[in-house]
Amino acid sequence: MSSQDTALIQASGSPQRLVDTVFRLREYGIIVVLIVFIAVTTGIQPRFLGQQNIKFVLLNATIYALLALGETMVVVSRQMDLSVGSVLGLSAYVSSDLFGQVHGIPIPVVFLVGIGIGLACGVVNGAITAFARVPGLVVTLATLYIIRGVDISIIGGGEVVASSLPAHFSAIGSDSVVGVPYITICVAIIIAIGTYSLRSFRAGRELYAIGSNPEAARLVGIPIARRVFSAYAISGAIAGLAGVIWASFYGTVDSTAGTGYELTVVTAVVVGGVAIFGGRGSAAGAAFGALLLSTIATALYALGVSPFWDPAFDGLLLVLAITLDRGIALRLAEVMRKRTFRHEP
Amino acid sequence: MTVGGLPPDNSPSSLQRVAYEGNRGPGGAVQQAVLDGAPGLGEKAPGPPLILEHATKSFGAVHALVDGNIELHWGETHGLVGENGAGKSTLVKILAGVHMPDSGRLLVNGREMRLDGPAASRAAGIAVIHQEASVFPDLSVAENVFIGREPLRSGRRIDFKTMNEEIAVIVERLGVRLDPRRIAKGLSVADQQIMEIAKALSLNASIIVMDEPTAALSAHEVDRLFEIVELLRREGTAVLFISHRLQEVFDICQRVTVMRDGRHVFTKPLAGLVADDLVQAMVGREVVDRSAGASQQIGDVVLAVEHLSREGVFTDVSFSVHSGEIVVIAGLVGSGRSEVARAIFGIDRRDAGSVSVKGRPLRSGSPTDAIAAGVGFVPEDRRQQGLVMAMAIDRNIALASHDHLKRKGLIWGALERGFAADWASRLRLKYGKLSGNASTLSGGNQQKLVLAKWLGRNPSLLIIDEPTRGIDVATKAEVHRLLERLAAEEGVAILMISSELPEVLRMGNRTLVMREGRLAAEFSHSEVSEERIVAAATGQIHDAPGLVTTDAPGHRAP
Repeated sequence: MSSQDTALIQASGSPQRLVDTVFRLREYGIIVVLIVFIAVTTGIQPRFLGQQNIKFVLLNATIYALLALGETMVVVSRQMDLSVGSVLGLSAYVSSDLFGQVHGIPIPVVFLVGIGIGLACGVVNGAITAFARVPGLVVTLATLYIIRGVDISIIGGGEVVASSLPAHFSAIGSDSVVGVPYITICVAIIIAIGTYSLRSFRAGRELYAIGSNPEAARLVGIPIARRVFSAYAISGAIAGLAGVIWASFYGTVDSTAGTGYELTVVTAVVVGGVAIFGGRGSAAGAAFGALLLSTIATALYALGVSPFWDPAFDGLLLVLAITLDRGIALRLAEVMRKRTFRHEP
Repeated sequence: MTVGGLPPDNSPSSLQRVAYEGNRGPGGAVQQAVLDGAPGLGEKAPGPPLILEHATKSFGAVHALVDGNIELHWGETHGLVGENGAGKSTLVKILAGVHMPDSGRLLVNGREMRLDGPAASRAAGIAVIHQEASVFPDLSVAENVFIGREPLRSGRRIDFKTMNEEIAVIVERLGVRLDPRRIAKGLSVADQQIMEIAKALSLNASIIVMDEPTAALSAHEVDRLFEIVELLRREGTAVLFISHRLQEVFDICQRVTVMRDGRHVFTKPLAGLVADDLVQAMVGREVVDRSAGASQQIGDVVLAVEHLSREGVFTDVSFSVHSGEIVVIAGLVGSGRSEVARAIFGIDRRDAGSVSVKGRPLRSGSPTDAIAAGVGFVPEDRRQQGLVMAMAIDRNIALASHDHLKRKGLIWGALERGFAADWASRLRLKYGKLSGNASTLSGGNQQKLVLAKWLGRNPSLLIIDEPTRGIDVATKAEVHRLLERLAAEEGVAILMISSELPEVLRMGNRTLVMREGRLAAEFSHSEVSEERIVAAATGQIHDAPGLVTTDAPGHRAP
């Protein structure tokens, strides 16, 4: 092999490790931001680390993080699910209303009903997106309104009040071990399993492949429609599950439950390092994104900033995250070009 | 290896053959390893491995394939040539299982097959390396190779360790180094192809189809690819090699099939054929390749580039282009040619040096300034950078001339259409409707469209990066004549970048050769030859005439 060959080969080796490292840093970076944020807030307002406050932040983050798991599966395949907030609302109402309708209904059945409702919504989203080939963004924008409409027409002006729920059910959202709510631990386990599955099973890797290069995915024979359909179905089921948890946590469910959650979830996913055009990111990262957003919302309150500023901060964080990603990508391209050049014959 | 009717001293292929012969030692070992590892799929039936007979395929009213025939032999590299639209890509997609033929018969290893999906094609032992690299930039090299058929361990989980080890073995067989765990983003086109070949090997494919694998490779990378193809062929693999570059077909193939208008024209051994035979069969008429006359009237300096540098990309580049002159920059891909062009036009900022057009200095990093000074830029990738594919043909043509077509601050449709129709007819653009999208045009006509856009501004300097990449033979000649006429009759200064040596030889009044971000040599039309360009571009020969000394004071090492 000539010296030119060796040089060419070197060119492909070293800069790549840099890319890998940087992308990994991007994902872990969110944890650093989170720690810094907590440290700063605690420095100003020590009560921020109070047990009650930590519990509230975690519970709040739990629902967003769970939704973010489903959303991550959809977003890595270069789609989007905007209906999760409406699905959560519908599931929260129908499942909690069951306690009034059917006396003594077992709690697991309520969970199954909630998940079933979500799954049904997800199947509709997935079928239209995957098989009728309508962009998922548009499909779920439509179902966002449709499902909310169904929700409102079922509920009318009524609501489920906390007192009508059995104590066991309300306890799901409040019992905790050493300050960490049980439900948070359960969701953390679900997210860990989800993250691992996306990484370690063919179906999971194929979602990344579809998002990374849809045309190539078609050429290698990945069942794109089936995978995208499944991603939407699972995202729906997860939103249904989140709805039941939401009901147990808040107790009072009316027709506005979960309104606007979809945008917060998408924000959490992107802030957590999932590429908005698919192919990259993890559910764990998205969960940390949700935790960061939830922490910031509470921190602002603790610092005496008006909660009206909360959405503005979410937006700011989103812009920062995307600008950072873009900046990293451009800078990296520059560095790699220079390095490649230096190694070339 | 057959060199056909071409004089052996006419091309760099003799050089590359020497390099290959020298490399045969490790090649032999590799061959043995591959054969040992080949299970059932690699088994070779006595008959031809692949026969496609009378295949047809229509998309609506378009008959993409009317009579597709191909027959491969074991241990042969089989060329498939034809103009754009001849049906080559459709035929490839049938073999890949992407399209199902409407009629016809396909025999693989003597058995009749229906390839109803990419998986069926793979299972039949066919590996297709597609024209548009089918790379997943966010996945690792190993995942790219094994996508959809990853080795599994307990619980149906992907076995990343085995996957990485298998790739490492294959990559070593090929004599290249490629980390299986790195993500594919940032891989050169050449490395992406190696990855695709690794995929074919991991499949134990007995039939490998390569759709224009060399289109985006530098000469050196083509050599490396050919070494690998030749290695596979010696092992008995049947390779179908599709290329627009006839020289390559003569260099590497034993037999060739020519297609025209969706039909099989002939299949012949290359021995005894010359390039003109193929060209005639492809176009169905004689193409007279007029060689460029050394230029007529060279006028004043239009473009003056002095000591242009961009850190880590190119260093101290100085040259000028005169009115009516065509200057070609040759060199390996990655030698900084396109980057110099981009810096002149202002897409990239320059770190040092100056650029002036007709004595007017251009600001760094300002394409607007360059356009105002009368510079037109036809980029390498016309689909992504040169055209708005989803916009009408007439609007694409008018895109750079909005200031001329404005009345009372508005762009008038009638003015725009008239302007576009005028330029379309001047360039003999072949189109359905001017209001149809640019994507409806063939590659050659798309290139004319980009040219029309800039010619509409009466540019004094036209920068063209790879003017005929992926364009069929007849349109290619037309684009060449067009550029020559622009220079000769309109006095336009043309700065052209080309990787195709015949094009460089034909077009350049002067040829500049870049190597490692510096100007390595300059040749006049009478001095230039393929050997001299290759020597200067690779730095193998240091006493070529016209060589620019690079050790002048003030030069920074890259």
